[in-house]
Amino acid sequence: MKSTILDVTARLLLPWLFFTSLFILYRGHNLPGGGFIGGLVGASGFILLVMGPGLEAAKRALRVDPFSLIGVGLLLAVLSGIGGVFMGNAFMAGLWLPTFSLPLLGTVHLGTPLIFDIGVYLVVMGFTLAMIFSLSEADS
Amino acid sequence: MGVFITILGLLVFAFFAPWIHRIAKSYTGWLFALIPASGFAYFISLLPAINAGGVVQYSIEWFPALDTSLSFYIDGLSLLMGLLITGIGSFILIFAQGYLHKHMLQGRFFSYLLVFMAAMLGVVTSDNLILLFVFWELTSISSYMLIGYYHGNEDARRKALQALLVTGLGGVALLAGVIMLGLASESWTVSALLNGSFSAAEHAWYPYILVLVLLGAFTKSAQFPFHFWLPNAMAGPAPVSAYLHSATMVKAGVFLLARLNPALGDTMSWTMALCGFGMVTMLWGAINGLLQTDLKSILAYTTLSVLGMLTMLLGIGTDYAMKSALIFLLGHALYKATLFMTAGSVDHESGTRDVKILGGLRAVMPITAFAAGLAALSKSGFPPFFGFLGKEYVYKAGSYLDQFAPIILIAAVLTNIILMSLALKAGVHPYWGKLNKENYPKSPHEAPLSMYLGPVVLAVTGLLIGMFPGQLVTPLLSPAASAVAGHPVDIGISLWHGFNLPLLLSILTLAGGLTLFALRRRIWYEWSQRIKPPFTFDDLYMACFNGFVAVAKWQTRLLQSGYLRRYLLITFTASLVLISYKLSLFGGIPDNFDLWSANFIEWATAIIIISSLIVIVKTQSRMTALLAMGVTGFGVAIVFILYGAPDVAITQILVETLTLVLFMLVIYRLPAFRKLSGVKTRIFDGIFSVSVGLIITLLVLKAQNLDIAPTISGQFGEWSYLEAKGRNVVNVILVDFRALDTLGEIVVVGIAALGIFALVLKGKGENS
Repeated sequence: MKSTILDVTARLLLPWLFFTSLFILYRGHNLPGGGFIGGLVGASGFILLVMGPGLEAAKRALRVDPFSLIGVGLLLAVLSGIGGVFMGNAFMAGLWLPTFSLPLLGTVHLGTPLIFDIGVYLVVMGFTLAMIFSLSEADS
Repeated sequence: MGVFITILGLLVFAFFAPWIHRIAKSYTGWLFALIPASGFAYFISLLPAINAGGVVQYSIEWFPALDTSLSFYIDGLSLLMGLLITGIGSFILIFAQGYLHKHMLQGRFFSYLLVFMAAMLGVVTSDNLILLFVFWELTSISSYMLIGYYHGNEDARRKALQALLVTGLGGVALLAGVIMLGLASESWTVSALLNGSFSAAEHAWYPYILVLVLLGAFTKSAQFPFHFWLPNAMAGPAPVSAYLHSATMVKAGVFLLARLNPALGDTMSWTMALCGFGMVTMLWGAINGLLQTDLKSILAYTTLSVLGMLTMLLGIGTDYAMKSALIFLLGHALYKATLFMTAGSVDHESGTRDVKILGGLRAVMPITAFAAGLAALSKSGFPPFFGFLGKEYVYKAGSYLDQFAPIILIAAVLTNIILMSLALKAGVHPYWGKLNKENYPKSPHEAPLSMYLGPVVLAVTGLLIGMFPGQLVTPLLSPAASAVAGHPVDIGISLWHGFNLPLLLSILTLAGGLTLFALRRRIWYEWSQRIKPPFTFDDLYMACFNGFVAVAKWQTRLLQSGYLRRYLLITFTASLVLISYKLSLFGGIPDNFDLWSANFIEWATAIIIISSLIVIVKTQSRMTALLAMGVTGFGVAIVFILYGAPDVAITQILVETLTLVLFMLVIYRLPAFRKLSGVKTRIFDGIFSVSVGLIITLLVLKAQNLDIAPTISGQFGEWSYLEAKGRNVVNVILVDFRALDTLGEIVVVGIAALGIFALVLKGKGENS
């Protein structure tokens, strides 16, 4: 059953959901949010596309293979931990840039835990989409 | 340092061996031989220092927190073994070049062999007990690869697995023994065990340590009743048999006994165990060897016999016995490696190893015949070969004993007579007599340089050190014997000791051996036909093996039935039993909870969750059940919000939504929703699930007011901003404090995605 309302809504919501997910990812360090939740929200935009316009549209919008997201995410997560080793610390020990202020965002802390969280974000998003894509592919 | 570099070098080259082989082609073996050769040179350079009574130690930190370091300890015994491993190893690599020439997987073979060499060097030079065990296991694993090198052959695979399982079993025992030894001595180094500050014999754990360590050593050195794997290991190529299963690896067990002799030895149980098992192995190997007609089998059984003799000598434990054990060990390594290599050459160039066919090869393989002949003479104990000394000292060690001297001497003479006849069979018989070319599968011819270089050098070495023992052997063996005995022992070796009992026994041995050799055809054609053992130890092993597999199959069928229902039952029953047991320990039902203090929102949430559960149970439609499940999930999310866990609540809501979507995708693929189970099953299921739910509820309530250990949540809250610059403690824990856990989790998630992908794909393939 084709629903025009769902199609249009899905297409409209996709960028909003995507940017919201990035926002949730970033704010996670101080407020509820983070890579896991962000990844799920990020995936949900594309899932809406699968349910509305269809699998092909969702794949086109994503541009990359969900498994690449998982791979890149794992790579980022591991790399984020290696920095600490070179500083003579333990694997996964956090490294931080000096804090600075930006309009809108306020005080900004950038460090390896954020890179790690981006890795988590990508893995969770990739996993969810890989599952949905392969199941709906099997469905068709 | 040198040892560490040698081991590291071997491992690095092992990794690249297949690629190097592609470039170096027929020079690979010669090239690789340079690595152990330089190790040999290094060991030689240590000789003066070691001979002066010193030891060489080198250590790098590995796991300092676990008392495990890459530490090496070289004394006389390590030096002797190191020289054998690197010296013989060089020639084995060259020999393998010729023997496996143009074999498809030759590069891989070199790789395994180099790994083995590194592991073996590690075993004999490790100072740290755990490191010793690691190398010990690595020898078993590389041995498995090497025995099973002809992996297309099912029999070779079975025999390789057998060797791995038997030595692996011993390895596990050894690990337990080493750990107990480490705990008992409160130090994890070999050097601490040797310096005399720890006396294991007085420790309460001594019997356990002894049994476990002996299990490790006996399986490795193929002592009765674990002997059966060694003759089977001859399924490997000739270089493997020559190197692993005669000259080095099987001596690892003997080495371990010698190494630990100062710490564990000199007790009644040690002496009895070593002498007893050693003597049985010695006789068993010799007598079985008589009946063999395969050149390699003959040699395998003589190796078995010699390993038994070495174990027995170590058990006797006198200075003389130590000396003779080391002389025998050195002599045996030299001539046995030679004989195995020449046997390999004969097999390679004439196409058969059957002694009934072999004969007269001297005419076409003169150099191989020369080396084999020298080795056989040494092995049979003719003066002035080194083998003569070995035997002579065995008799000396026996005759100076207070107790058991007659038994040991009789057993030793008997064994040596048989061993001598076997040596002549393996080293003389194939080359002398009449050459019947038409009997051979292929026209026999001389082996290439790579294949006779090693045998000739080793055999000539055996002759030279026998002629000049004082100059060539004493400096090497004296520190080794001192290391084994735990106090300085001087080896004054000379060929001539005057007329005495040992010399008489030597003459008796020579005469007996020659007679037995003359009778060889009668033994092969008549006796070996008549003697049929009721069972072999190999059969016994197979019975155990099959029994083990049968039990594994049975319990797999029981537990991994493939029914989701049964999995859930097993999982929940186990949790139920364990949790109830633990709860009862803590006083059962929690006392201080007040149902009526809940407020309106809490009551409302509870009612929503419970009513949706009733809907799930009662509904006739899968769709309704699914939606009601979603309601339950959202109810739980409200609970999380009520108790101040917004992160968890958000996650719960998102996961709940996505699960619903996922279910929607697959729901149409499921069969129609029908009630299949009967009334009884449903009643059982009802009671079962209610009790699981009840116990979990009790657990949660109980957990509230138990104070087993101080909680860490306060600390995490405090550190979160100060140390990790984040105010959201949940997130900081996930990405910083416990980032390693999270990393593990997302790896699992990634693998799960691949698994689902494969499953869905497979389902698709089957449908179409």
